[in-house]
Amino acid sequence: MQKKVTLVVFSSELDKALAAFNIAIGAASAGMEVSMFFTFWGLDIIKRSEGRIRSQGIMRRMLNRMNRGGSKRLRLSKFHMMGPGTWMMKRLMKDVKFPQIEELMAMAKEMGVKFIACTTSMGIMGIGKEAFIPEVDSFAGVATYLAEAEEAKVNLFI
Amino acid sequence: MKADATLDCIGLYCPLPIAQAAKKLRELEAGQVLEVLADDEGIKEDMPAWCHMTGNELLGIEEGPEGYKVYVRKAKERDR
Repeated sequence: MQKKVTLVVFSSELDKALAAFNIAIGAASAGMEVSMFFTFWGLDIIKRSEGRIRSQGIMRRMLNRMNRGGSKRLRLSKFHMMGPGTWMMKRLMKDVKFPQIEELMAMAKEMGVKFIACTTSMGIMGIGKEAFIPEVDSFAGVATYLAEAEEAKVNLFI
Repeated sequence: MKADATLDCIGLYCPLPIAQAAKKLRELEAGQVLEVLADDEGIKEDMPAWCHMTGNELLGIEEGPEGYKVYVRKAKERDR
C-alpha cells in the first residue's frame, strides 16, 4: 500500500504555511500520498485572495473583515512589523530562488496533494465554500482526518 | 560518471532539488542514470534519504568547487 502523510494545518502564519507545503512537496516527491487538513486559522491559507468574503451576522462579518485571509495576506509569526518584515522575508526567499507560497501550493497540487477544509471551523466562522480557492478537494470533518491519519505513519500538527 | 540525463539545481534549496529530481526521473527508463547538480549542502543527506524511501539507487555523490554532482539510477518497478 502507498505510504501516507497527513498534515493538520491549524495556523495561518506564512512561515508555518511554508513549512507545511515544504513537507507536503517532499513527501509527494517520495511517492507518498499526502492530505492536508486545513482547520481554524489554517483556513486563511486556502481562502481566495480576491473579492469579498460574505458571511451572516454582525460578529461573523466583523471577524471575516478583520481576518480576511488568502495566501497573499499571510504574515510571518515573527517580525511581521505591520508589513515590512513579511515583505522582506518574501524578498529574501526570492533572492535564493525559493518559491513563494502560491507557487508551493501550485506545486503541491500538481503533485496530487489533497487539500481538505474543515467544515466545523467554516461553520463557526461563517465562511462558505465560495470563500475558498478551487484547488480545495473536499470539505470534511474529524472522521475524515482520522481515517487518513490512522493509515499514515507521518502525522503533523502545524 | 556517465549519466543519461542531467538536472541543474544550482542555486535551489530544499524541497526543489528533490521535487525536480523526482519529476525528472519519471521521464527516464528503469536502469538509466540521472545526474543532479546542486549546491545546497542538504542534498548530501537528502538524496540518500529520498533514494531509501523510493527504492531508487544512489550511485554516488561527487563534491566539487561548484557544488555536488549526485547520481541516481532509476529502479525497476518491482525493486521499489
